[in-house]
Amino acid sequence: MFKSFEPSKIFAITSKAPKYIFFLFIIFLVVGLLEALVISPEDYKQSDAVRIMYVHVPAAWISLGIFSSIALLSVGIFIFKNKNLALISKSLAPSGFVFNIIALVTGSIWGKPTWGTWWAWDARITSMLILVLFYGMYLLAWRIYENKEQVIKITSMIAILGAINVPIIKFSVDWWNTLHQPASINILSNTSIHVSMLIPLSLMTAAFALFSLLIFLMKYNTELIKVKNKGLDRL
Amino acid sequence: MINELILMNGYGVYVWSAFSFTLISFAGLYFVTKLQLSKEQQKFVLKFGSLTSEKARTAKSQSVNKEILSNI
Repeated sequence: MFKSFEPSKIFAITSKAPKYIFFLFIIFLVVGLLEALVISPEDYKQSDAVRIMYVHVPAAWISLGIFSSIALLSVGIFIFKNKNLALISKSLAPSGFVFNIIALVTGSIWGKPTWGTWWAWDARITSMLILVLFYGMYLLAWRIYENKEQVIKITSMIAILGAINVPIIKFSVDWWNTLHQPASINILSNTSIHVSMLIPLSLMTAAFALFSLLIFLMKYNTELIKVKNKGLDRL
Repeated sequence: MINELILMNGYGVYVWSAFSFTLISFAGLYFVTKLQLSKEQQKFVLKFGSLTSEKARTAKSQSVNKEILSNI
């Protein structure tokens, strides 16, 4: 099963894919920005401040998605003892971390005109702050520890432990009385957001997802070349 | 039209700063990642160049090494 995960087989794809992904990302970003900033209507309550949603929400979704993927891959590392899964997890983390920061900063900017404050110790915001700390610990552990076996174990433990926070972030708006509104977009039930706002939101989410894929591929290629550099040293 | 787009009913400063922060973060992450990739590629080329002809032949027989060299 894991033969298809061998670096030698996937490097041919991952080294060529970034240029096509970059091209697609630019297209989605330009159209998404046009929709988000010009075409989409203002909100009847929030007026134009609602446009911040088009960067804040996709960033939050993707940072959560990436951390969940890292946690799942970390479980896989413990079960299958596959080191390539660790390389994939390590390559995913930087974009997840940056998206988490974007979600916090843009949320803070959005909070000022809508709630009248830059920051509140609201359940959703606090749990997102905890997630950024887990991302920080995860990335820091890769830098601090030199022993490969040790660093894989420690980072996997951090990711699995941090995964407990993911459902807390998702359901915080239902479990506690928070400043955030309940989810407007549901995969399993009715979506309450209007289509004129759903289009820019979907386009920006696609653009952000393509950007995280681009960064992942570039980072993964860097990691593979690092492995090959060590291989040349051993020749 | 342009004034409306810039001012956004008084929310322009919030909207534009949120979008600017996002795009600047994207650019920063992209260039840092690109720089790290280029550094590793250059390191690979230097190491490859310092190999003896026999070792270079062995290294070249590996498909990933060929791919790395062809992408630089």
